[in-house]
Amino acid sequence: MKTNKLQLFITFFKIGLFTFGGGYAMVPVISEEIAHKKKWITDDDILEIVAIAESTPGPIAINMATFVGWRASGLAGAALATFGTVLPSFLIIFTISGILDAFQGLKPLQYAFFGIRAGVLALLIKALWTMYKKCPKGAVSYIVMAGSFIAAAFLKIDLIIIIICCAAFGLISSFILKRRAGK
Amino acid sequence: MIFISLFLTFFKIGLFTFGGGYAMLPLIQEAVVQQGWVSESRIIDFIAVSESTPGPFAINMATYVGTATGGFFGAVCATLGVVLPSFIVILIVARFYDKYKNSSIVQGAMTGLKPAVIGLIGSAVLTVVRTILLPASPEAVFPDTEFFCTLVIFGISMALLIKKVHPIVLIGVSAALGIVFGYIFIG
Repeated sequence: MKTNKLQLFITFFKIGLFTFGGGYAMVPVISEEIAHKKKWITDDDILEIVAIAESTPGPIAINMATFVGWRASGLAGAALATFGTVLPSFLIIFTISGILDAFQGLKPLQYAFFGIRAGVLALLIKALWTMYKKCPKGAVSYIVMAGSFIAAAFLKIDLIIIIICCAAFGLISSFILKRRAGK
Repeated sequence: MIFISLFLTFFKIGLFTFGGGYAMLPLIQEAVVQQGWVSESRIIDFIAVSESTPGPFAINMATYVGTATGGFFGAVCATLGVVLPSFIVILIVARFYDKYKNSSIVQGAMTGLKPAVIGLIGSAVLTVVRTILLPASPEAVFPDTEFFCTLVIFGISMALLIKKVHPIVLIGVSAALGIVFGYIFIG
């Protein structure tokens, strides 16, 4: 299936520009723009893409853009869709950080960010709670959650080592559980 | 060289973030604060900027840290670094999707990775709590009443979130409260 590559770029630029919060917020927009209007992929593809994005590393938005671009138009499509998704954020943040640096010394701005930090803490706690509710529960889950928290917060172990150990632990425990269920 | 280390650091962050969004926060805190690129409280500020601007959190964060550390070219290196691992991995996985989806190795690893992300974000949140609530914070704007004001704004924010107010509205409200408290208590 060949698609107009410029259109692929423009569509993902629009998605990047109008999606707040990234990741899952993109799913309905991709479904509407790419599957319903342009028909580059199907709704079933979208479910596949979400499943893949969740189990591969990296930002979900980038995973989705790359996958859709590849499905629609090969390597060039993947590159253009990804570039389109990244560009709006890049330009906006680059501009904003310049403005913020220029006004950093202003009292009202300092006070505003003082308040915002407390608000961000609330946002983070809410996000953590939402993720906790979505995560499959069970003995393995609770052990990994507690273990990774303690290892990161108190033992100060390198995060990448923690992530690799947790993946290995999940792998080993799921094989043991499967073997037991088989017997 | 700063550009290479920005690229490599964000490449590593991109490669080891599973689940997107805030899953990246602990890795960013570790890498960026350790190298002294950006302060802990600046990261928190940028979570707010990232929530109120379009685009993925990861891209916003990489672009910001890159800009703050190495200007425009720094931003390009950090953003490219964070995007590239996903891009490469997806191109590989897309070819073997059916095998990948049903692979018991991937599924097994995910049973460990999903809860790990929650534990790590929990630790990141604890760092944020320490940064904004510890009275002796070197970046304190007004140390005497800081703790009290932060608690009040945090309480109001939590109440707004439970009432399902949009994050951008919440950031606006907490900014306004910060300005009001700032002028009342220090002038």
